[in-house]
Amino acid sequence: MRQVAEGSQAVSEAVRLAKVQVIAAYPITPQTHIVEALSDFCAKGTLNARFICVESEHSAMAAIIGAASGGVRTFTATSSHGLAYMHELLHWASGARLPLVIAEVNRALGPGWNIWLDQTDSLSQRDTGWIQMYCEDSQDVLDSTLMAYRLAESVNLPVMVVLDAFFLSHTYEPVDVPDQGPVDRFLPPFLPRFQLDPANPGAFNQFVAPHAYMEMRYNIQTAMEKVPENYARIAEEFEIIFGRQHTPAEAVQCGDAEIIFVTAGTTVSTCRQAVNRLRSKGEKAGLLKLKLFRPFPVDFVRQILSGKQKVAVVDRNCSFGASGIFAQELKAALYQAESPPQVYGYIAGLGGRDVTPETIEDIYWQTKKADRPRTENMWVGLDQETVESWQR
Amino acid sequence: MATLNMTDENYFKPGHLGCPGCGAAIAIKFALKALGENIIMVIPASCASIIIGPYPQSALNIPVLHTAFATAGAAASGVRAALDMKDDTETTVLSWAGDGGTFDIGFQSLSGAVERNEDCIFVCYDNEAYMNTGVQRSSSTPYGMRTTTTPGQDWKKTRKKNIMETMAAHRIPYAATASIAFPEDMMAKFKKAKGKKGGARFIHVFASCATGWGAPSETSVKIARLAVQTNIFPLYEIENGTRYTLNYKGDRPVEDYLQTQGRFAHLSKADVTQIQKMVTEEWDNICRKTEAFQPE
Repeated sequence: MRQVAEGSQAVSEAVRLAKVQVIAAYPITPQTHIVEALSDFCAKGTLNARFICVESEHSAMAAIIGAASGGVRTFTATSSHGLAYMHELLHWASGARLPLVIAEVNRALGPGWNIWLDQTDSLSQRDTGWIQMYCEDSQDVLDSTLMAYRLAESVNLPVMVVLDAFFLSHTYEPVDVPDQGPVDRFLPPFLPRFQLDPANPGAFNQFVAPHAYMEMRYNIQTAMEKVPENYARIAEEFEIIFGRQHTPAEAVQCGDAEIIFVTAGTTVSTCRQAVNRLRSKGEKAGLLKLKLFRPFPVDFVRQILSGKQKVAVVDRNCSFGASGIFAQELKAALYQAESPPQVYGYIAGLGGRDVTPETIEDIYWQTKKADRPRTENMWVGLDQETVESWQR
Repeated sequence: MATLNMTDENYFKPGHLGCPGCGAAIAIKFALKALGENIIMVIPASCASIIIGPYPQSALNIPVLHTAFATAGAAASGVRAALDMKDDTETTVLSWAGDGGTFDIGFQSLSGAVERNEDCIFVCYDNEAYMNTGVQRSSSTPYGMRTTTTPGQDWKKTRKKNIMETMAAHRIPYAATASIAFPEDMMAKFKKAKGKKGGARFIHVFASCATGWGAPSETSVKIARLAVQTNIFPLYEIENGTRYTLNYKGDRPVEDYLQTQGRFAHLSKADVTQIQKMVTEEWDNICRKTEAFQPE
């Protein structure tokens, strides 16, 4: 049924439809609407789940690790400092090979305190062994959350469904919320490959010496490598049941494009608009949407971008001392590609600063004019006076 | 020779990695004997996580979830929630943390779990310092103890945190202290805790560490007994945070206990007097709170 829903509601509806059994959460803006709605579902009985109101995000992740080890489907949602606080247990969850799913609302890290969009929180968790999916709109959020459970349970790795603070979490738009029947067909009840069971005792996550630790890590890597194939299969089933198509990355008007934007999250929508405008002016602009960030869709990226002239990456994040994180990943993926394009890395819209179609068009013209990238990270729209006031 | 009236059933098998005389290993053995079947154990980083054995072995004949240091309370809550969702009301969730995982890094998640009145038994086996990492002080380390982070004249000058009082402040349905030197009392308390389904239960087990305390391994149990006999570690129960029951009355001077261990060897007579004063103060406090005082 089509509804007008926030990105946050799209998550909650998907979690309800996924028949999640244990939820543990701690409030943090702008994630709160997600868990408030889920609390409400549990209270009303529209979702038969235990909701554990833990005293921190660290405990939220620990609790769902405990619950998933007990063999049930789980969920939590967090953002920014909450995710950073979970960091230790993000490693624990993937090491324990638990198919957790969380919603992570991209928000800036302090100081200074800032509740608005910034991708550094989730991207700085890239080495934790979690699958990461970046969503463009509320429908993408709902669909990705449902697919996340299938994906997580297919490889026994946790999945982070990422959505932009406010621009997505708090923005209302039409969303097709499917009925329970089709969702049940797509996502059957969770069948754990292992669980804590007094009838079949075992020790989970125990001490392991050098003779076996490395093999355990290798298996996480091989599980990650299975993700693209599994994603494709799950997306195919999803399309048959729900009629919507999903891919790890999406090429928009890339065929003849001379400059291709690469970005993730709601900025993709902004870029779509900018590309249309530029096309109407006769410019050969294109767009590559990144949905899957871990594992990074290397093959797809190489296939689309090899032989192109220029790529402009719009990063709403920064790895200080290096560059935007999507730009880094892209460069690494293209290094062994045939005739790779020049990669122009732009850092824009940190801490919730607006990135408009005009911002994207400016990036286009700047990229078109240049012979080569001026620096590894070009910061867009800085107020020089403010910058210098702190440098004195 | 007196015989202990206890089951031959043993869930803690030979081959564990505890040091000779390990109080923690003795505590695990008695606790599991008392609890019997259908137990899931949650163990955060601690000596216990090593003692029960590395991959691919386990000395425990029950399912164990090893979890990160700070998380025993929360992970146990999650396991409980999963069991509830599977309609398994038979299985008891037993969280088994050391003093670090209870008094210090695990305190927040324990407090959260107890405040939510999670249907689990939370155990602290207390060896009064970070023994697994080489005897560093914790907030359970008693006044007067030398550790590798309170060395020389910087021996610990602050009191041991009173963890039982913190549990009482949560109005936890059941909290008890127990000692490896009093196995029948300890097993009775674990059985009682198991019977009190539906809410949080806390058991504070005194588990001596001969290795870290500078004592011969064969004196572990003797030291634990002296801790009770000198009222340094009183045996008592608290129901609903208010109803105190004292199980044993000690009458020996603290010196009898302190002199058995190298960790206190540096203390002067004045220091010992000071410790006696502190112990008496704490003891009087418990006596005041005990409505029915029963001598041995």
